[in-house]
Amino acid sequence: MSVLVYTESEQGKFKKVALEVASYAKAVANQLGTTVTAVTINTSDSSTLGNYGVDKVLNVTNATLDAFNAKAYADVIKQAAEKEGAKIVIVSSSANSKYLAPLLAVGLHAGFASNVIEAPSSTSPFTVKRTAFTNKAFNITTINTDVKLVAVSHNSFGLVENTGSASAEDFAPAIPDFAVNVQSVDKASDKVSIADAEIVVSAGRGLKGPENWGMIEELAGVLGAATACSKPVSDLGWRPHSEHVGQTGKPVAANLYIAIGISGAIQHLAGINASKVKVVINTDPEAPFFKAADYGVVGDAFEVVPALIEKLKAFKAQQ
Amino acid sequence: MKILVCISHVPDTTSKINFTEGDTKFDTNGVQFVINPNDEFGLTRAMWFKEKQGATVTVVNVGGAETEPTLRKALAIGADEAIRVNTEATDGFAVAKQLTKVIEDGGYDLVIAGRESIDYNGGMVPGMIAGLTNANFVNNCISLEIEGTNATATREIDGGKETVTTALPLVIGGQKGLVEESDLRIPNMRGIMMARKKPLQVVEPVATASETTSVRFEKPAPKGAVTLVASDNLDELVNLLHNEAKVI
Repeated sequence: MSVLVYTESEQGKFKKVALEVASYAKAVANQLGTTVTAVTINTSDSSTLGNYGVDKVLNVTNATLDAFNAKAYADVIKQAAEKEGAKIVIVSSSANSKYLAPLLAVGLHAGFASNVIEAPSSTSPFTVKRTAFTNKAFNITTINTDVKLVAVSHNSFGLVENTGSASAEDFAPAIPDFAVNVQSVDKASDKVSIADAEIVVSAGRGLKGPENWGMIEELAGVLGAATACSKPVSDLGWRPHSEHVGQTGKPVAANLYIAIGISGAIQHLAGINASKVKVVINTDPEAPFFKAADYGVVGDAFEVVPALIEKLKAFKAQQ
Repeated sequence: MKILVCISHVPDTTSKINFTEGDTKFDTNGVQFVINPNDEFGLTRAMWFKEKQGATVTVVNVGGAETEPTLRKALAIGADEAIRVNTEATDGFAVAKQLTKVIEDGGYDLVIAGRESIDYNGGMVPGMIAGLTNANFVNNCISLEIEGTNATATREIDGGKETVTTALPLVIGGQKGLVEESDLRIPNMRGIMMARKKPLQVVEPVATASETTSVRFEKPAPKGAVTLVASDNLDELVNLLHNEAKVI
């Protein structure tokens, strides 16, 4: 009857979202007076999960699962849920979890709520708050099925530390045929991805041309941030599509979002609205972004950004 | 190759979002509806398969008669025929069940849906129909090639992309990248005229129950005013981000 959470890892190490969904699972388990079981796949050390409220870990170790496969991973989590008799299953909103979750929902006959941002307001009926209309609204939803699947939005619930320790056992589920096989992966290992970044530095057409992105990358480097861009910039080919954030691009739920030379079209603001603190730097004081931002600087990016880099370097040196 | 493109009928991306009936229903007053952008990238890719590989393209929507102009637009863009499942789209699972019936009846080789609709953002329909029809599935798909019954697809992952091979029958959760923004087609007069004559079949729904219920909507709390910092006083910005916002 425990709450089951899929705690995902990359190269054997937990992603931050794994600790966030573990924290969320603990909150749900507390409401129900039950325990949390986590399932991990090819994770080297799962002991840290105890610090986020997990009571028991099912460790799956299988070399055929080194490359992510949505069908196989969904099947592994389904078997773990069935073994534990879990009625509530929690996953993250990473690209991989969003990929496997609907398959898992079908496999478990579970009602599925995605983009959930808070612990349930009620467990009977099971009621959650999720984002809809690309962060322009929230939708209060009940899940009516016996087994329930919840995907938690990035950086919404946060990490909640617990003093506990998790028992661990090996779990060897049956692995189905893959049917979709990875041929190659193209991923910059030295860069922070937009999905995982705490800070995102984003720039728009105000930068005038792709040759001016050096200072954006430098600012991102100083802050340990990911770089992103507005839709026109990606459509013009100045930056890759993978950097486009907004309604038809990637959502951003960072702690800090810095927008440079981006006017703030409604579609862009929708995509970044889940970010906690927004800073805008723009020459035009009438730019709509100033209405959506927490902090603003009216000024020329070509003067403000290099100056800000120097200030931040000095600040970092003192820390 | 028979292709089915699933079309969501959604408010235009510039729409103001309001609710009525005690915040339980989306307020359609003054809202223009469009083909869900993620679906339109997929539809445009389907046109390429039609023109270069002789595929037939059917578009489908689950919804009331008010969604037909959106299906007619898809026909004007070049789809061969349209199906509307005559029922309200209550949740992702119920929509997936309706589409599963359409897919089984039509024997489609490739089903293209958007990775999510821009209204409910559920992101569940493509994966659920893959699960329900036991088809292969690639989500966040940004390129797709089909040769015979083999498919090569690229999907976006966090921080990069991944190329996979698989086989038909296949379901795709598509997005920008399947085609470029500049490849999207605006229906011309000939397309619009032809669309009027193309078949739009209305089918009755299968019995199914929603697994989730939308109780009500809320709008975000109004935002406080921006704190402006002078461009020659950036120490203050660093100070605010560190001491007040606590984000650096």
